[in-house]
Parts: sequence; structure tokens; C-alpha cells
Amino acid sequence: MDLILPGFGLLFWQTVIFVLVLIILGRFAWKPIMKALNERERVIEDALSAAEKAKEEMKKLQADNEALLQQARQERDKILKDAQSSANHIISEARDKATEEANRIIESARALIITEKNAALAEVKNTASALSLEIAEKLLKYNLSNDESQKRLVQEYLKESKLN
Amino acid sequence: MQTLTKYILLISFLFITTTSILSAGDNKKENSEEEFDAGELIMHHISDSHEWHWFDIGDERYITPLPVILYSKEYGLDIFLSNKFPNLVESEYSHYVVHHDKIHAKDETVHVWDISITKNVVSILVSVILLFSIFLTIAARYRRNPLVAPKGLQSFFEPIIVFIRDDIAKKVIGEKKYRFYMPYLLTVFFFIWFNNLLGLLPAGANVTGNIAVTMCLALFTFIITNLSGNAHYWKHIFWTPGVPLPLRIIILPIEIVGIFTKPFSLMIRLFANITAGHIIILSFIALIFIFKTIFIAPVSIAFGLFMSFLELFVAILQAYVFTLLSAMYIGAAVEEHGHHDEHH
Repeated sequence: MDLILPGFGLLFWQTVIFVLVLIILGRFAWKPIMKALNERERVIEDALSAAEKAKEEMKKLQADNEALLQQARQERDKILKDAQSSANHIISEARDKATEEANRIIESARALIITEKNAALAEVKNTASALSLEIAEKLLKYNLSNDESQKRLVQEYLKESKLN
Repeated sequence: MQTLTKYILLISFLFITTTSILSAGDNKKENSEEEFDAGELIMHHISDSHEWHWFDIGDERYITPLPVILYSKEYGLDIFLSNKFPNLVESEYSHYVVHHDKIHAKDETVHVWDISITKNVVSILVSVILLFSIFLTIAARYRRNPLVAPKGLQSFFEPIIVFIRDDIAKKVIGEKKYRFYMPYLLTVFFFIWFNNLLGLLPAGANVTGNIAVTMCLALFTFIITNLSGNAHYWKHIFWTPGVPLPLRIIILPIEIVGIFTKPFSLMIRLFANITAGHIIILSFIALIFIFKTIFIAPVSIAFGLFMSFLELFVAILQAYVFTLLSAMYIGAAVEEHGHHDEHH
């Protein structure tokens, strides 16, 4: 029967001791331990999330770099294309101009030639007419007794006056 | 000669099986070849005492007397060592008589308050010294640098502390309110566990198998639970929601009894488990003396050894059960029932 009847003395000491243990351990052991455990967990969690964030950042940075590179490439291609087209433009313009100039020179040369030819023809005409007049004059001056001599004379004059 | 062999055998078996020390019978009886009373022997070993009885060799009792502290209105405060009594079975000293380790006044009308430092109190103090030296030491380490990895004792106890926090307090009481109850849950767990283990040492005291100790612990849970009880907890007890009116009247006394049966079950469970373990181990050893042959000894050793290992497990299991149930009672008292409010 004593076994299941709580003794007053033991109950008293157990209560006193347990309260003291609760206070002392609560204040000097559990409080710092719980605080440290929570802090450590927080730090680990923070470190993990920071690492995750850094990874993410790295990925983003890499993507940015890739995009930048792509953009640079496109820019370069565009510049090259522009340069090509403007070079082509310049060349074709120059060609056009040269053609035009050449045409102009040819045209003026042709005009000059025509002028010269006309002048030369005019002179030939004048000379021919003058020669004809001279031949006629000389023929008249001769004694035209026979045909033979006349012919000889004409032949002679013709020989003498080489056309031009 | 036979008696001597009996005791030598006994003591060696006890130390091998690392169970509570057993010294068969009381000194008065051995001389007179009296019948061996296993029941009395076991009761002697699981009960509290005013002296620490280590072992007997022959007729010599090796004991440490403990301080007796008595208070009564008539005689005032009296403090003396228990060896002032010639023996604790039946003797007297000054105004007091002792009868089977119970101290009364000679004058039967005088009520004496016995607040002696008994064997159990000493054992509790030993456990407290252990608790302090372990947890204050590791707390200092946590305080110095909370971020370093645990080492030594710290790494042994840290998983247990984290287990109590995460799997008992957080899960049962809830993320919001568990913090306040952590010191109590941790203290109660380690107090019970350490005392359970100390009780398994040879000559150890049966502290957690003493109803006064378990009653005190259960009372703490009872007080904390009911002081923490929120409006909903009390409403649930006095006017159970979602139940027809006539039933509420029937439920009311059941709920009120329930307030007390919860801690009562805590008290009985721990007391019965630890005491039963001690009784079983002692019974196996007592078999040797009941059958009066050493041939039964191998059986006693085998079963005693098995029980001792089982008790090592029970020591932590019962500490866990007490802590878990305390947390559940507290958890029920502080729980918020959002969904229930729609019904009433």
C-alpha cells in the first residue's frame, strides 16, 4: 500500500528540486541552446538560399552575356552589310558618272569630227572649182588644132594638178 | 557457509547484470534461517528509505545513513542522521519511533512532517548534478559560438534536443506556441531519462518508480496545461460544440473528469512501467533464493540481462512518452480551432 501512496517528504523535495532545475536549466541551458540551434539553422538556411540566389544570378548573367554577344554579332553583320551596300552604291555611281563623261567626250569628239569634215569638204570643193577654172583658162589659151593635142593637154594638166 | 556462498554469488550476479542491487532479506532475519520472502525483499528495494543500503556481506550491512528532517508543532524542527535509530525496522530515538522505515512520534496524537533527505532525494540530487554538469557545459559551448559543428557530448544530445523540438513540440503544440513550453519539455524528458538510468545502476534508487515523483511531474503538466488553456479549450469542456443539448449535459462531467485523468494516467504510466521493470529483474534474481539452488542462476542471469537491456530502452521510451503526452495535452489546450467556429 505504501507503494502507491505518495510520501509527503519526497513530494516536497521533488517539487522544490524540479522547480529549481526547471528555472536554472531553462535560463542557463535551454535558452542559449535553443537560441544557438535556431541561429545556426537560420544561418545555414540563409547560406543555402544565398548560394541558390548566386547560382540564379550567374545563370542570368550568362544569359545576359549571350544576349549581348548575339546583339554584337547582329550589329557587326548589319554594319558589314551597310558598308557593302554603300560601297556598291559608290562604285555604281562612279561607273555611271564615268560612262556619262565618256559619252560626253565621245559626243564632243564626234561633233568636232563632223565640223572638221565639213570644213575639209568645203575646201576640196573650193580647190576643185579653182582647178577647174584654171584648167579651163589654160585650155582656152592653147591652140586647139586637133583633138589629139587637146586631149594630150587635158591629160597633162590633170597630171600636173594632183588632186590635193 | 551456505549463507555466505549465497551472498557472494548474489553480489557477483548483480554486478554482472547491472541491475539494482539486491541484498536478500534484512539483517534481522538471516541469522534465524528464516523463510526467504521474495515479496518483502522486492518491496524493500523499490521503496524509498532513510538510509542508502549498498550491500551485505554475511551479517554486515553496508549502509550510508541519510539525514532525517522532522517537523512537528510540538517538537519543532529536528535534524539528525538516520543511524541514530538502532535500526529502521522497529526502534526509537528521542520523541520518535520508526516502524518499517516510517517515522512517527511516540505520542500518537502528534503529527510529524517527515521531510528527510531520503535515498530517492539523494538520487534526485545526483541526477540534478548530472543534468547541470552536462547541460550547462554544452550550453556554454553553444553560447561561445553557435555556428560551429557540435562536438562530444554536445553532438550526442543535440539530435535529442532537436528531436524534442521538431517532432514533439513543433508537431504537437504548433509552430507558433511551442517555444514557451520547450524548457519544460526538455527538462522533464532529461529528468525522467536520467533518473530512469540511475535507477538501473546497482544499488540505485527507484526514483521514477516512486509515485510521489511521478505525481509531482504529472502535477506540473496538469498545471501548465490548464493555465495555458484558451477559451476554446474551456468551452470544449463545459459546453462541447457540435453536440446536441442533452448530450452536452452528459458530456460535461466526463470532460471534467478528463481534465484529471490525463495527468493521472501520466503519473500511473511512468510509475508502473519503471516499478514493474525493477520488480521483474528482482524477481528473476530472487528465483535463485526461492529454489535454493545455483543451477537456476543461468536462467536468472539470462532473463535478468534481457530485462536490463529492455529497461535501458524503456528508460528512454518512458521519458519520450511522458514528454510527448505532456506536449499533446498542452497542444490540445492551446490549439486554435478556426473551422469549429462556424458551428456555434
